[in-house]
Amino acid sequence: MRFAEAWRVAVTALRANRLRSLLTMLGVIIGVAAVVVLVAIGTGAKQEVEDQVNGLGANLVIVVPGKLELGSAPTKSRLELGDADRIGRALGQPGQVAVSLASGETVRYGSRSAFTTVNGTNPAVPEVFVRPVARGQYLRQSDVDTRRRVAVVGAGLAETLFDGSDPLGRSISVGGVRFRVIGVFEEVGSSLGTDRDSEVHIPVTAAQRLFGDERVDAFALKAPSTDEIEDVRRTALAVLAERYPDEEFSAVTQDQILGTIGRILGLLTTVLAAIAAISLLVGGVGVSNIMLVSVRERTREIGLRKAVGARTRDITLQFLIEAVLLTTIGGILGIALGVGGSLALSAAFEQLPAVVTWWSPALAFTVSAAVGIFFGVVPARRAGQLDPVVALRTE
Amino acid sequence: MTAALEAVDVTRSYQLDGLTVEALKGVSVTIERGDYAAVVGPSGSGKSTLMHLLGGLDRPTTGVLRVGGRDVADLSADELAEVRNATIGFVFQAFQLLGRTSALDNVAMPLVYRGLRRPERRRRAREALDRVGMGHRLDHRPGQLSGGEQQRVAIARALVGDPQVLLADEPTGNLDTRTGDEVMALLEELNSEQGVAVVLVTHDLEVAARARRSIRVRDGLLEVDA
Repeated sequence: MRFAEAWRVAVTALRANRLRSLLTMLGVIIGVAAVVVLVAIGTGAKQEVEDQVNGLGANLVIVVPGKLELGSAPTKSRLELGDADRIGRALGQPGQVAVSLASGETVRYGSRSAFTTVNGTNPAVPEVFVRPVARGQYLRQSDVDTRRRVAVVGAGLAETLFDGSDPLGRSISVGGVRFRVIGVFEEVGSSLGTDRDSEVHIPVTAAQRLFGDERVDAFALKAPSTDEIEDVRRTALAVLAERYPDEEFSAVTQDQILGTIGRILGLLTTVLAAIAAISLLVGGVGVSNIMLVSVRERTREIGLRKAVGARTRDITLQFLIEAVLLTTIGGILGIALGVGGSLALSAAFEQLPAVVTWWSPALAFTVSAAVGIFFGVVPARRAGQLDPVVALRTE
Repeated sequence: MTAALEAVDVTRSYQLDGLTVEALKGVSVTIERGDYAAVVGPSGSGKSTLMHLLGGLDRPTTGVLRVGGRDVADLSADELAEVRNATIGFVFQAFQLLGRTSALDNVAMPLVYRGLRRPERRRRAREALDRVGMGHRLDHRPGQLSGGEQQRVAIARALVGDPQVLLADEPTGNLDTRTGDEVMALLEELNSEQGVAVVLVTHDLEVAARARRSIRVRDGLLEVDA
């Protein structure tokens, strides 16, 4: 009964000062909304990266020269085409190792041109990666064996160079050398900052001649199942270690890439949310302040209530409820604003894929209630401990 | 039967800017049930301090104070609040009604702290308002009532918990003579018909003269108790 009365009195007090209550809540509203939005953006970014990495294909292992550690110098590749065959044989899947030798080149058709990534590859690419060809066909082994000057172009590049006309069979200039277009990729979007739709794939042997290089940059393998990823990784590294005893190679999996990026994005999200939480704290100080004003305004009421029998905790509870109501109502409004803002942001900007998780509003609500208790307790205790004689005498 | 209020040789001193001010210098007063007493004295005489002590709002520096038979020295602040709730009804010069609250809920308020449920609180509040002739103004807020009506509501609030003593601090101080007379008549009626003791604190000698007993305070000491 006493609790119900304290509740009623607190609600009445808040409603009697609508504007003041709203302004006080505003700090909490903004703080909570900021936390929700920033966590949503961080979560969305992480999910986007995961989608992109997983969109490359499943159970991938990428083999590159050198050590993949922060601070390691870029290592000149010693990998050769023959190494891909050796790894393929060791794994019992010959011809299933994709190779890559990439370089930026200018690609022309007529008066149109684009500077883009030219990737020398082999027919294993569609086996390893998700890279569907929309029209025409992908590179064949004979194209690689005979160093044929043929090219498969990305959907975006095809649009840029051919402007809607059919690219199949046309001749394009890649780094000054003519290549015949034999295929167009399906649109796949970008991955980890690379626009995959503007790539050109040419036979790796043709690329070696074009770039004046006898090596390849990297291999990519696909494990038959998730459980075998580690075996594939080890086998690939073992083959290379045997052949190049003095060299370092790295074989990274998608999980490793995601783990690293996830940690970075997670840290970033935490830092952003913590900065937003500072405004929540400032909002809490505002609540504390206005509660002190409320206590002062109602000093005589407190005196009266104590005179007629209210205990210290009856008065404390009444003001604590008022403070917690301020912050939790503010918290709920802030969550609504934050969720709405997140949805609006991701609708308005494609680059900001905000994803609202269930836990961030729950956490925001809990924190706002805690802020109310934390910042309400000092004014509430002060109210509860007022001397009734002094309080009644206050004008 | 124990006395409703009993002060034995109480003193009360305050620290004011490092100086000790002795507001009461040793006063003994007993208020029996059914008493009708006026505490009079010039301002600064210590009569407000005495009233705060008798009302259990304050504690004596030395001496013994019993409220409703309980020695306040043995009571915690919260226990003393409970004793006040059960024993004393306060009537103030400025009424001290809650502005945003109806007459009914103003009167019912002390019963919250007795732990009664809302329907029971409102039933008793309605009865108390009937007794002071305000049964037709239950839903009015203090601002919608005249001064005399507000003081009647305040008296109903003092009465609602069936106290042994009504402690009225200048109850007619904010009222005109005629309304003041009506309020005094109401207090006297409650005293004679319900047996509740009435203690008036006033410097209005005309009001004081109506009481059966006059307690005169001067310079922190009891001058006359007759």
